[in-house]
Amino acid sequence: MSIDKSMNILIVDDYKTMLRIIRNLLKQIDFNNVEEATDGTEALAKLRSGNFGLIISDWNMAPMTGLQLLQEVRADSRLKNTPFIMVTAESKTENVVAAKAAGVSNYIVKPFNAETLKDKIEKVLVHA
Amino acid sequence: MPDALPEHHMPWHDTPRQGAVEALKHELQAIRARQPSPEPDMIAEVVRAVLTTIGLDLSAKEASLLREVEELGRTIAVAKVEIAALQVDDIKDRDIPFATDELDAIVAHTAQATDAILESCEMLDAVAGKVDGEPAATLQAATTRIYEACSFQDITGQRITKVVTTLKTIEGKVAHIIRTFGRDDIQAPVRQPEATGTEADLLNGPQLPANAMDQSDIDKLLSSFE
Repeated sequence: MSIDKSMNILIVDDYKTMLRIIRNLLKQIDFNNVEEATDGTEALAKLRSGNFGLIISDWNMAPMTGLQLLQEVRADSRLKNTPFIMVTAESKTENVVAAKAAGVSNYIVKPFNAETLKDKIEKVLVHA
Repeated sequence: MPDALPEHHMPWHDTPRQGAVEALKHELQAIRARQPSPEPDMIAEVVRAVLTTIGLDLSAKEASLLREVEELGRTIAVAKVEIAALQVDDIKDRDIPFATDELDAIVAHTAQATDAILESCEMLDAVAGKVDGEPAATLQAATTRIYEACSFQDITGQRITKVVTTLKTIEGKVAHIIRTFGRDDIQAPVRQPEATGTEADLLNGPQLPANAMDQSDIDKLLSSFE
């Protein structure tokens, strides 16, 4: 199954540097339609007013965390099937379990490399 | 009919020392009027007076207990002197704010440096887009590696935030100690109750390498749910 690289991707992180890094890594694997949000609230507003094929989000943000964003996305009838990858430094078992219970599509622990990002994106988009 | 009770079993008001006890009560009232929040030295002095007055009426166990109370009074007095010697005002007003400012500056400087690196890296990426073949691939591999490495800024930023939070907690405890020892003008910051069983428990930031799960551990855990 081929992946539509023209899809819109929303990346969410409160560190602007991290957004810039992920945007550049996505560009290197030919995903050029990337939008950014710096917390869950802004992300949710963008998701509800746009059309995104993938969400890549940090967890530890305020006022709405990545986990809360995930829960909101899964509870929204229009957004609930959007693939959601959590990219976070939170690497405890209970974090992964909580994210999975909330419906995360995949989980990447920071610091990560480009190959891991590419691999997880391909996996979630193939299964989407 | 039973014999009369020995003196050390008689109620207070029946003992021959009743006058001494009444005098002690007056003394305590006078001290309380002078000093609503008595100093530890004063407490130790009163305990000594009580021991002197009623010492012969106490059992060995009670006397031992009172000696311990007296010792506790001395310990508090010594602790107070030692805390004063620590110059806690300096810790609270100068040292901790200085340390947190320094850490904030580290985050700001590394962010600035990382942005400069990323800007240069984006220029190299643009050049890679204008060449073909092996040079393009080599350039892209190099820039990818730089992007990956630059994520250090995010991780160190989160670690430093944890350290700053710890320092602020220590600052609160120091202020609390000062207040406990009679400095009412210093207010300890209100500490938020630690949440349990909530998402707040899950927000711990980066784990130290020895305790952290790596990506392969995460993948295994996720697979276990399939």
